[in-house]
Amino acid sequence: MLAPGFADPVHDAQGTFRAVMDALARPGLLQRLDAGLEPPTPLTPELAAIALALTDADTPVWLDAGLAAAPEVAAYLRFHTGAPLTDDPARAAFALIRDPARCPPLARFAQGTPAYPDTSTTLVFAHDAITSGEGLNLAGPGINGMTRIALTPLPDSFVAQRAENRAGFPLGVDLILAAPGLVAGLPRSTAVTES
Amino acid sequence: MYVAVKGGEAAIDNAHRLLAEARRGDPAVPELTVAQIREQMALLVDRVMAEGSLYDPDLAALALKQARGDVVEAVFLVRAYRTTLPRFGASNPVDTGAMTVARRVSATFKDLPGGQVLGPTFDYTHRLIDFALAAEGTVEPAAEAEPRADAGTCPRVTDLLAQDGLIELSPPDDGAPVGDLTREPVDYPADRALRLQALARGDEGFVLGLGYSTQRGYGRTHPFVGEIRVGEVAVAFVPEELGFPVPLGRIRLTECQMVNQFKGSGAAPPQFTRGYGLTFGQSERKAMAMALVDRALRAEELGEPVASPAQDQEFVLAHCDSLQATGFVEHLKLPHYVDFQAELELVRRLRAEFFRDSDSMQEAAE
Amino acid sequence: MSAIGMLPLEGGAPEVAQVPSPVRGRDRVRDTPYPERPDPSPQPSPERERGPGASEAGEAGYNFAYLDEGTKRMIRRAILKAIAVPGYQVPFASREMPMPYGWGTGGVQVTAAILGRSDVLKVIDQGADDTTNAVSIRRFFARTSGVATTTRTTEATIIQTRHRIPETPLREGQTLVYQVPIPEPLRFLEPRETETRQLHALAEYGAMHVKLYEDISRHGHIATTYAYPVEVAGRYVMDPSPTPKFDNPKMDQSPALQLFGAGRERRIYAVPPYTSVRSLDFEDHPFRIQEFTDPCALCGAEGVYLDEMLLDDAGRRMFVCSDTDHCEGRRADGHVGTGDAV
Repeated sequence: MLAPGFADPVHDAQGTFRAVMDALARPGLLQRLDAGLEPPTPLTPELAAIALALTDADTPVWLDAGLAAAPEVAAYLRFHTGAPLTDDPARAAFALIRDPARCPPLARFAQGTPAYPDTSTTLVFAHDAITSGEGLNLAGPGINGMTRIALTPLPDSFVAQRAENRAGFPLGVDLILAAPGLVAGLPRSTAVTES
Repeated sequence: MYVAVKGGEAAIDNAHRLLAEARRGDPAVPELTVAQIREQMALLVDRVMAEGSLYDPDLAALALKQARGDVVEAVFLVRAYRTTLPRFGASNPVDTGAMTVARRVSATFKDLPGGQVLGPTFDYTHRLIDFALAAEGTVEPAAEAEPRADAGTCPRVTDLLAQDGLIELSPPDDGAPVGDLTREPVDYPADRALRLQALARGDEGFVLGLGYSTQRGYGRTHPFVGEIRVGEVAVAFVPEELGFPVPLGRIRLTECQMVNQFKGSGAAPPQFTRGYGLTFGQSERKAMAMALVDRALRAEELGEPVASPAQDQEFVLAHCDSLQATGFVEHLKLPHYVDFQAELELVRRLRAEFFRDSDSMQEAAE
Repeated sequence: MSAIGMLPLEGGAPEVAQVPSPVRGRDRVRDTPYPERPDPSPQPSPERERGPGASEAGEAGYNFAYLDEGTKRMIRRAILKAIAVPGYQVPFASREMPMPYGWGTGGVQVTAAILGRSDVLKVIDQGADDTTNAVSIRRFFARTSGVATTTRTTEATIIQTRHRIPETPLREGQTLVYQVPIPEPLRFLEPRETETRQLHALAEYGAMHVKLYEDISRHGHIATTYAYPVEVAGRYVMDPSPTPKFDNPKMDQSPALQLFGAGRERRIYAVPPYTSVRSLDFEDHPFRIQEFTDPCALCGAEGVYLDEMLLDDAGRRMFVCSDTDHCEGRRADGHVGTGDAV
């Protein structure tokens, strides 16, 4: 028996999208995301909500090792979104990452092209916790001066990877950071530094 | 005391009511039915279907009625409706070689398998207003002819030429997915399939003018009408869950295969090239013009200089759509007074500076 | 999923903010084509002004906010990319809408893609809520989504605009959706998309500066008065849509999210909140906005953009606020203009 999707497909998708939109428009600022989904583990309700809201047959989706190892996850996503799953991170429109600590290097995902920087991968991380006001320093468009955010877990050499990603602007990947009940954004335009 | 202009809402409501009344015209005159439009304004219905990218004669007829006969407006209604329809997938390619032809003419061969079929055409009518039509009357039934022995087999002229290698082959189906202009923004350079889609739904007048320009030297292609055929073809669709084609019905099409100037090089022998036109319903003018422009747009592929409007795909594709064109032209009647005020302020300032400078120069001279 | 919130949480202590609070209850717009409902109370909440189709799509046979969910997803993905690369024009598969190209189909598609039940929508054209096209678009959303509409800038969560930015400063949590006819700032220097795309890729904007400087040498001034090009976040040169350059400074570091939709040209672009938006200029010819010598004749406001009304054929004219909501708000607060022609 497949777990159900959104109870209200139109408005739940809209609400999830708006939370993600606000998250990317205001990097580092936490947005509430009460997805109301109970997807098969290890998919989290937030990853599931973002996938259901944003992916479909036009968007190849890449799953990290933990998610790919659970056939129920693929079945759930295929049924509710129709999105093709891909093994190649460089071909993914979206990448769902259950374990950010073991995420492949950001540079392995699609970076876009100089003429079409939008043809890049959007990575969705499922963190155990995100807190604002401490941790990494963020600056850039969408941020009034400077803001701070702490991610648990933090991917390996995250600051260096983000610096590399930022240096390639306008190319690069965008990160959607989810945690239980929350979502935050780190678009490629954000400069991330150690505090 | 000046009071700001108000009443946009009431004005819109009243304008809509007036429009409804104007659409109906004199109520003493019987109202047109959709079926009457579909049957007696059939070529107009065909054009609305072609440019509306939706094969539905009843809907096109209704759109024409609602649009008071304004073709672009009717196309608009059909397209806006089309947007809301779910998309199940793409049908199998239709086989125009298996068309049940109502008309089929070739300008390149006097006779050919399947014969020349004149069909219902204005081509050899004398354009004299027929005042008898103003009175109601019955139409003399059309003559019935014995079918030719080879009727029903209508191989394409281009296929006959291709057998001898005299014309370039149609590009083989490489199985690659065909783009859809209505679902992805055009990325230039656009491939031929996308260009043909744009031309097929492009404005007939615009495509006609461009095709005409190639004949007058703006991108000559030395065209011959290999063949025009009008008739019905079967449409089949393979549903994902069944895996075999299911017939959906038959649609009427006009196809034009234009045979164009040959090319050749040290490496390849000379052969004719192709221009292709296909449209819903019966519209030879559109199909022919489309074939001319299709061939002109292949200039770069065929190593010809791109020097004329009809050869320039950004120019053609960006401007051939009647809805985009009419929208942007007609939007000029929307209020622009904020921007005009900005220009007014600048022109007043520049004029003041101009007269001040010329005054001071005059003073200096005195 | 009832509690998806637009409510940002910071440092564990939720800032309670972004939900619009009705300030005054006048001039709320009723766009519904349906029978009159009971009069709203003097201080209607957005809930009360909701159109009849609030919980279901307002118009039978069409989805909430007209577009189907697949189209909305496609537009939403484009919006996210646009926000991530400020000022870059993201191609999107613009749909045929039930209003003509040139009437705001891009803005309408963007609004339809972001709009939710709890939004309060304001639509302006030339700064005014009561221009016919603004009325028509506002009605379209009232019919197809049932969301609350307003004329008040302070109450709106989404403001769709053609040619103006409201005079009332926007705040966090608001989204301004611009209708854009020609999204490409380089279009009139280079008509080819293939060329302009390369120029943006290389950040090669010299031709734009040359064009502006040619104006200076010919007229003594930069002769671009509206759709004045801006550089966003130090990278992309962007067309701000045909707003008068008077409004350009409002785009810089705005607390509101700015989204731009060009339907016919199939492009979406964005300026996130708190982002640098610099109008192109020269050291010896710094960017300057329009100035009006007289205040608004109705409300006495200075430093606002004015419409010039021709009063008679003897050349009498009057200058009044282009932003009708701002003007009405000031008059309700007791500000009075001279009422005089000039």
